[in-house]
Amino acid sequence: MSSGTKDHAALSDIFNKDEARVDWHDETLWFVRAKRDKAAHNIPEWESLREAASQIKNNVLSNLHNYLIEFEEQAQKNGVTVHWAADAAEHNQIVHSILKEHGVNRLIKSKSMLTEECHLNEYLKQNEIEVIDTDLGERIVQLAQEPPSHIVLPCIHKKKEEIGELFHEHLGTPEGMADPVFLTAAAREHLRETFLTRKAAITGVNFAVAETGEFVVCTNEGNADMGAHLADVHIACMGIEKIIPKRKNLGVFLRLLTRSATGQPITTYSSHFKKPRPGQQMHLVLVDNGRTTQLSRPDFRNSLKCIRCAACMNTCPVYRRSGGHSYHTAVAGPIGSILAPNLDMKEYSDLPFASTLCGSCSNVCPVKINIHEQLYKWRQVIVKEGYADPTKKLAMKAMEFTLSSPFVYKNAGKVGRWFMKHAPFTVNNKLNLWYQHREMPEVPKESFEEWYKKNKKND
Amino acid sequence: MNVGLFIPCYIDQFYPNAAIATLNLLSRLGITVKYPVNQTCCGQPMANSGFEHLTQGCNDLFIDNFSEFDYIVSPSGSCVLHIKDHLHSAAAEDKASGIRKKVYELTEFLTDVLKVDKLSARFPHKVGVHQSCHGQRGLMLAQMTELVDAPFSKPLHLLKMVEGLELVELSRPDECCGFGGTFCVAEEAVSVKMGKDRVADHINHGAEYITAADMSCLMHMEGILRRQNSNVKVLHIAEILNAQ
Ligand code: SF4
Repeated sequence: MSSGTKDHAALSDIFNKDEARVDWHDETLWFVRAKRDKAAHNIPEWESLREAASQIKNNVLSNLHNYLIEFEEQAQKNGVTVHWAADAAEHNQIVHSILKEHGVNRLIKSKSMLTEECHLNEYLKQNEIEVIDTDLGERIVQLAQEPPSHIVLPCIHKKKEEIGELFHEHLGTPEGMADPVFLTAAAREHLRETFLTRKAAITGVNFAVAETGEFVVCTNEGNADMGAHLADVHIACMGIEKIIPKRKNLGVFLRLLTRSATGQPITTYSSHFKKPRPGQQMHLVLVDNGRTTQLSRPDFRNSLKCIRCAACMNTCPVYRRSGGHSYHTAVAGPIGSILAPNLDMKEYSDLPFASTLCGSCSNVCPVKINIHEQLYKWRQVIVKEGYADPTKKLAMKAMEFTLSSPFVYKNAGKVGRWFMKHAPFTVNNKLNLWYQHREMPEVPKESFEEWYKKNKKND
Repeated sequence: MNVGLFIPCYIDQFYPNAAIATLNLLSRLGITVKYPVNQTCCGQPMANSGFEHLTQGCNDLFIDNFSEFDYIVSPSGSCVLHIKDHLHSAAAEDKASGIRKKVYELTEFLTDVLKVDKLSARFPHKVGVHQSCHGQRGLMLAQMTELVDAPFSKPLHLLKMVEGLELVELSRPDECCGFGGTFCVAEEAVSVKMGKDRVADHINHGAEYITAADMSCLMHMEGILRRQNSNVKVLHIAEILNAQ
C-alpha cells in the first residue's frame, strides 16, 4: 500500500474535503459501535470476560515458545504440514512454493489480514498466480484495486452506488443498480463459479489451539469453509500470536469476538479445522514478521493480544473521521498505529500521533490492550529515535525554555496577549492552523496571576 | 486543610475567570486556598507530543511550588491526569510521588474529598455537559459508555445541585471533541471536524451553554462556535457552580 510521502494528517485532510462523506462514514461506524455496546451490555459478566481473555493472552505471551512447539507437534500428528516464516517475504515464498509444487496458478482466498500485511496478493500476481478474494467486502476492494480500509468491514468506505458501478464494470450487472440484495446475489454467483474451479484455497486463522493442534476460522459468509472444503490444497496463514492454550479457552474468545466486532452474539460460521480430509493437503504457515521484536518491547508486547475485532477502529473518533486509508498500513486505526511503527518506525512515525488519546479504544478492547497508553509511549520512542518533525522539535525546545522559568513564561504570556489584542493579524492568518476553522480565544485584560496579585495576595 | 491552587498556563493567560471562579467557589465552601505565583505549566503539551524528556524543568518547578500542600486542586482534568501519570523527579521522587497522590481535579475534589451535597448556586439555563476524555476516562470522573458498569458522574452530580439549571441530553454522551493538545493543529482537519460534530450535538439538543471540567476542550469548541457566529456559549463548570 503506497501513500507516497503523505502522512495521516495530509491523507485525512483530503478525506475531509467531502464533509458529507465524512458524516456518512462516521455515522455508519458509530452505528456498529452502538450495536457493540448493546451486545456487551446484554452480558452482565462482560468485564470479567474481558479480564479472562486478557489473562489468557498474558499466559500465551509469557509462554509463546512452548505453546507454539506444542501446537506444531499436535498439528503434525493430525497430518498438517507446518511451516515457519520469519518475515513477510518468507511467508510469501512458502505459499508460492506450495502452489508451484501442485501446479496451481489460480486460487481463492478467504479474508486474512496477515496476507494483507505480507502483501501476498501483489506478490502472487507478480508471479502470475491469480488470487480471488472470497469475502464479499474484500472482493469489492479487490475489484476496485484498493487495499481494505477496515479489518472487519474492508469496504466500509464505499457506498452501495459505488459498489453497483464496480459490479457493472466487472461482473456485468445492469448500470445504476445499487440494491444490496441484488448485488450480493450477483457476487455470490460469480464466487460460486470460482469456488468450483479452484484447486487451492488460502484462509486466515482466528485462533489456534496448542492442546489439540486445531485452528478456528470465523467468517460471516461461510466462504472460508467453502474454499477449504472444495480445494485439494488448503493453506492456512497465521501470526504466531494467534495461539491459545486450550480448547476450553475458545468459549471466552468466541463470545467476545463478534460482539466486539459487529454486535452479533457469535460469528455465523466458526469453523474448526483439525486434519485434512482424505486426499487433501493441509498446510499451516506460522509467521513472525516483527512479532517477536514487539514481544521483546515491554511497553508494547500487550499489543500482541489483539484478536482483530476492530472495535477500537469503530469507536475511534479519529478513525471514523479520517478513514482507514489515511493510516497507510494494512491494519488501520488505533491498534494499527501501535503495530505499524514496530514494522517500520520511520514510515509509520506519524501514526501514534493520529490520536487525541481519548482512551475509548482501550475501553472497548475485548482483551484489554492499553492502546492509548501505548500510543503515548510510541510518541516518546519516535521522538527519541529522531523521527520527529524538525519544526516541532524547535517549538518544543522553545516551550521548554519558556515553561521552565516563571519569569520567561510571564513575559512571554504578556507579549503573546499583547500581540493578539493589538495586532491580531499576526496570529489570525492562514499559517495559523488553529485559525483556519476556529476563532482565537478573546484576550482578557489581565492574566489570573496578575488578578491574584492585585486582589488576593495579602488575604 | 492546606490547599494549593494549580492553574494551568492557558487558563492563567486566556481564561482567568475560570480560575477566579474556582478560587471563589472553594473559599465559599470554607477552604483556604493558596496560589503559588511562580507556577507555569504541567508540561503536558510537550509530553503528549513525545517530548516527555524535556519536561524535567516543569516537573522540578511543579514540585517546588506544590510539595508542601495537603491537596492540590486544579480546574483541568487533563493537566491533573498528566501530573498523576507522569510527574517524576530523580532528585526528589518522594515529593513527586506525594504530589501524584494528592492532586485533584476540581469536581472530584468537591465530590470525593469535600463530599459537597448542596451548593448555593443558580444558573437558569439549558446546559450541555461535555465529558472531557482525560477527566472522564483518565481520572474516572464519570462512567464511560464503553464499560458495562453502573453509571455515575461527578460533574453531573454537582450540576444537579444548581438551581434552575436544565441539563440537555446528548446523542453521544462521551464522544471526544477533538482538541487533543497539539493534535488540534497537527491534525487540523480531523480535529475541527470532531469539534464541529461535538458542538452540533449540543446545539441540536437545545443547549444555551456548553460546560466541562476541562477548559481546553471548551476553548476548542468556543473557537468553532464563534466562527459559526453561534449564540451558544462555553463556561467552565466552576463558573456555573459558582453562579449566583
Ligand atoms: S486492539 Fe483490541 S479492540 Fe482493537 S482490534 Fe485488537 S482486540 Fe479488537
